Amino acid sequence: MDNKEIIRLTALELSRKIEGGELTSRQVTDAFIERIEQVEPQVHAFIVTTFDEARKTADEIDKKRQDGEKLHPLAGVPIAIKDVVVTKGIQTTAGSKMLEGWIPPYDASLVVKIKEIGMPILGKTNMDEFAMGSSTEHSAYGKTCNPWDLDRIPGGSGGGSAAAVAAFEAPLAIGTDTGGSIRQPAAVTGTVGAKPTYGYVSRYGLVALSSSLDQAGPCSRTVIDSALLQDVIQGPDYHDSTSQLSSEVTAENSNYQAALEGLRIGSENDGLKGVKVGVVKQMQEGFAPEVFARFQEEIEALEEKGAEIIEVDCPHFEYALGAYYLIMPSEASSNLARFDGMRYGQRVDGASSDEMMANTRGAMFGEEVKRRILLGTYALSAGYYDAYYGSAQKVRTLIQKDFAEAFAKVDFIATPTAPTVAFKFGEKIDDPLAMYMNDIATIPANLAGIPGLSLPSGLAEEGLPAGIQILVPAKSDDKMYKFAAAIEAMTDKLPEPKGLEK
Amino acid sequence: MAEKEHFSKEEVARIADLAKIKLDYKQIEKMTTDLNVINEAIAKVQEVATEDVEATSHPLQTDNPSGNVLREDIPATFENDLLTNEEAIAGAPKTEQGMFLAPQILVED
Amino acid sequence: MADKLLGYEEAIKKYDPTFGIEVHVELATKTKMFCPAPNPAYDNNLENLTHPNTMLTPVSLGLPGALPVLNKQAVEYAIKIGLALNCEIAEKSVFSRKNYFYPDMTKNFQTSQYDLPTCINGYVDVELDDGEVFRVDIERAHLEEDAGKNNHVGGAEGRIQGADHSLVDYNRAGVPLIEIVTRPVFNTGKRAPEVAAAYVRTLRDIFKAIGVSNAQMERGNVRADVNLSLAPAGSGKLGTRTETKNVNSFSAIEAAAKYEIRRQGAVLDSGADVFQETRMWHEASNDTSSGRPKSDADDYRYFPEPDLMPLYISREKVEEVRATLPELPQAKRNRLKEEYGFKPLEMRDVINAEALNIIEDTVKKGATPQGARKWWMNEALEESRKAWNEGQEPTITPDQIAAMDKLVQEGKINDKIARQVLDAMIQGEGDDPAKIVADKGLEVVNDDGALIAAIQEAFAKMPKAKTDIAGGNQGAAGPIIGMVMKATGGQADGKRVRELILEEAAK
Repeated sequence: MDNKEIIRLTALELSRKIEGGELTSRQVTDAFIERIEQVEPQVHAFIVTTFDEARKTADEIDKKRQDGEKLHPLAGVPIAIKDVVVTKGIQTTAGSKMLEGWIPPYDASLVVKIKEIGMPILGKTNMDEFAMGSSTEHSAYGKTCNPWDLDRIPGGSGGGSAAAVAAFEAPLAIGTDTGGSIRQPAAVTGTVGAKPTYGYVSRYGLVALSSSLDQAGPCSRTVIDSALLQDVIQGPDYHDSTSQLSSEVTAENSNYQAALEGLRIGSENDGLKGVKVGVVKQMQEGFAPEVFARFQEEIEALEEKGAEIIEVDCPHFEYALGAYYLIMPSEASSNLARFDGMRYGQRVDGASSDEMMANTRGAMFGEEVKRRILLGTYALSAGYYDAYYGSAQKVRTLIQKDFAEAFAKVDFIATPTAPTVAFKFGEKIDDPLAMYMNDIATIPANLAGIPGLSLPSGLAEEGLPAGIQILVPAKSDDKMYKFAAAIEAMTDKLPEPKGLEK
Repeated sequence: MAEKEHFSKEEVARIADLAKIKLDYKQIEKMTTDLNVINEAIAKVQEVATEDVEATSHPLQTDNPSGNVLREDIPATFENDLLTNEEAIAGAPKTEQGMFLAPQILVED
Repeated sequence: MADKLLGYEEAIKKYDPTFGIEVHVELATKTKMFCPAPNPAYDNNLENLTHPNTMLTPVSLGLPGALPVLNKQAVEYAIKIGLALNCEIAEKSVFSRKNYFYPDMTKNFQTSQYDLPTCINGYVDVELDDGEVFRVDIERAHLEEDAGKNNHVGGAEGRIQGADHSLVDYNRAGVPLIEIVTRPVFNTGKRAPEVAAAYVRTLRDIFKAIGVSNAQMERGNVRADVNLSLAPAGSGKLGTRTETKNVNSFSAIEAAAKYEIRRQGAVLDSGADVFQETRMWHEASNDTSSGRPKSDADDYRYFPEPDLMPLYISREKVEEVRATLPELPQAKRNRLKEEYGFKPLEMRDVINAEALNIIEDTVKKGATPQGARKWWMNEALEESRKAWNEGQEPTITPDQIAAMDKLVQEGKINDKIARQVLDAMIQGEGDDPAKIVADKGLEVVNDDGALIAAIQEAFAKMPKAKTDIAGGNQGAAGPIIGMVMKATGGQADGKRVRELILEEAAK
């Protein structure tokens, strides 16, 4: 098997071939390293690559397998990690100049799991600074280009992870999603990305943006690959007080098994008979025509498979954007206060401590970050709390209620993931509000804490990918994978990204 | 309801000070414009945030809490979470004698 | 320029003082409030000072990605404190972030509690030296974490004024604290400073008794900020208050309160307004100086801590903790005072000397209360008493005092001999009072015959005394007793000698 074929295998296929002895982990890792070296000058998905460490892990796994040790299915399958996740001994920047050169002394809990299994880590992927953005244009380390068209954004904030997966630079990647930062890049790069139920994956070691919204999740090319990866990282962690309601993965609730089931029913004639699909009344407008058309086609396909389509009314969704852009900056303004030039990161000196801190933060934070910190500081300040932050927290309750009522009627809700296909660089960067509108379909899930997944729905404007989003009630992640896999089975596979030179 | 509908430059300067971010005059101007645009989108949350609606601070908060999240009082070791002095100060821009160096602190807390 | 001060009496006559105290107590849990780093306040180990930044995890250092997890033991201690202060324990309490920038803060926000604290609406009865009692109402007691320590370099005495830079040690960052806030205390009049100091002392005693903190003010386990305002006498109004920090001892609390009363009195007298600010107490110069302007509008941007779930405390849990509470100092004092029959002044001296616990221990070992009290209040035993209070090996133990007192009760020795035995034990001549008495032949002379002989000898030397005593003048027996005691080397039972003298005189 040559490297060109290896890199096009899914994680599941790689897992089987490595387990079966057809491939070694080292071969696979080398193949992806070769690909990265080949296309990175065009894509720039990575901030740092860690090829030596990756090869070392691959060799270790190969040796263990030779010695007859029983290993996890994903052992030896390489992975890329968004640079917002803390990795011991490996630079972690969160896409910001503030943390240039910072080498953490500890691993995030999800990285501990990945290392325990023995997945070679290829590198840290590019992102909007401190996860604030929808295009990865706000990275302090340069932009990442969409493999479908190098003049276009790969989405954000996790554009690097999505682009790496889309460009066959890695079979799997870890992303984080606060308002859509896994799902929206997945949609515009023609890949799969999922945000688990809030608290399902430990946030210990995720550079915090918005503590009540952040979640880490999988990025891949197929639904079942993401399911496999979520099975690895999901589970309660004693380091994270908000993860205690998470479910350990068992045979009963395994996301992988659910995805298998989904693939099966998606291929059967009346496979989705009895399944009720919700379409949100308030999400019929504001989408590019072809993006919406692909979505409609998926709904029709579901109907053909026996599903019942029901319109659900979510009257408070129109306030979701406002609530999000109050809650997230408020929490972020507090979470980012620790960056003051004292204990880690860069420093710009000053005559006094106050001056030094203000100089450091003024020089090292990008404009979008500063904008959101100011917004958040304002929303929390005395006299404005009730009107802004306090009100946003109430909208959150109302959105949870909207979802609860909807899920009483339907098994899952489907929406288009992003309003348009990938836009060109510079198109929205001077208009913050226009940029924020990219998250309009993804934000409600973060506010409510429910899981959401995006998978390709087809090609839309300019022959660029569009995505369909699946939403299910909290703690029903396995069902999300089931329905997503079913839709994947019904949908024509996308061609390869056309933006890259052979 | 907030008295202020819009951000003024003075207000932005005050917030920047509170957030300890140095902005020059031009930056304050741009920030003020941007924030006012954003304000229009966010201010509408007040329309539905009435008295009878409860605030949600934790997405998984329920009326029947499943129990407190507590940690046993057992000290960390170097094998699990404890950092050595070297690890603690390794990333710091300026240190002296194993401590973090802060420029002159003007006000006593 | 030095502050103008009014005479204290004058100030108190013209103005009514109102004060409030904020106390922070460091809990003696093994680990910090939100992470498992070792807690320097657990044993006040001085070594921690010489090894800065060695008691940290990613959480207490505030590294990116770190998350708090609440210490179970700290919650227990918080409930204990709340109950000891007669507070209601909230069924649901919530953590909040208090946001502000300062070099000793690892996250530039403090995880604390704001609108839903764990303990509310309590009180403490503060007893002054002369027995007068004032009730201090407590508004709340809540959980929070401590900040690190700024070591100022370049200024005088390590102070911030004139310092060139600071070196920060975060060992203390994350130490569990309980903050206790009183309601404004009125109607203490000229005793305000005394009550303020006594209040903190009362709290300190409680913390020690219930075992939640080492409670040593000198080590910073207990810290107090004094808020004080004046209003024209009888006006019933509330004046502008100042907050005074850096009061590191009970006497400093009293002195600072007094100083502020005199200073604010002078300000008001001159027709000016008191400036609302935070002031610093200076032990060396016995005064306060301006710190930073205190703004009630200090914008901390409190919001519920998203990384911690709310804390739910059931009524069952409260009762469970209540059952583990030992008798509180006040209750114990009252009970023992009754039981032991100490007079108020005796009791006061015992309390001031912190001798009650050792006396109790000695009585439990068989001593009489008055006997135990007399010995432990003796100067010769001050060192032993202090050592015992600190949990160290005392030179003389309660067992020894109890044994000695037993010998006195049995009439085997008298007080004078007991003193000799004590001195011998202090000198290291032996541990067992009975043995020392035997070895040195110190037993009281019980032989009536020998006593009568000595009495007769004394009468021979002072015949007039005999007739006086026989005539009913019992006071004349004094010198005879003295001579008999001298003759027996002090080893006679004074009571018996007196009895025999009266008998012999009548013959």
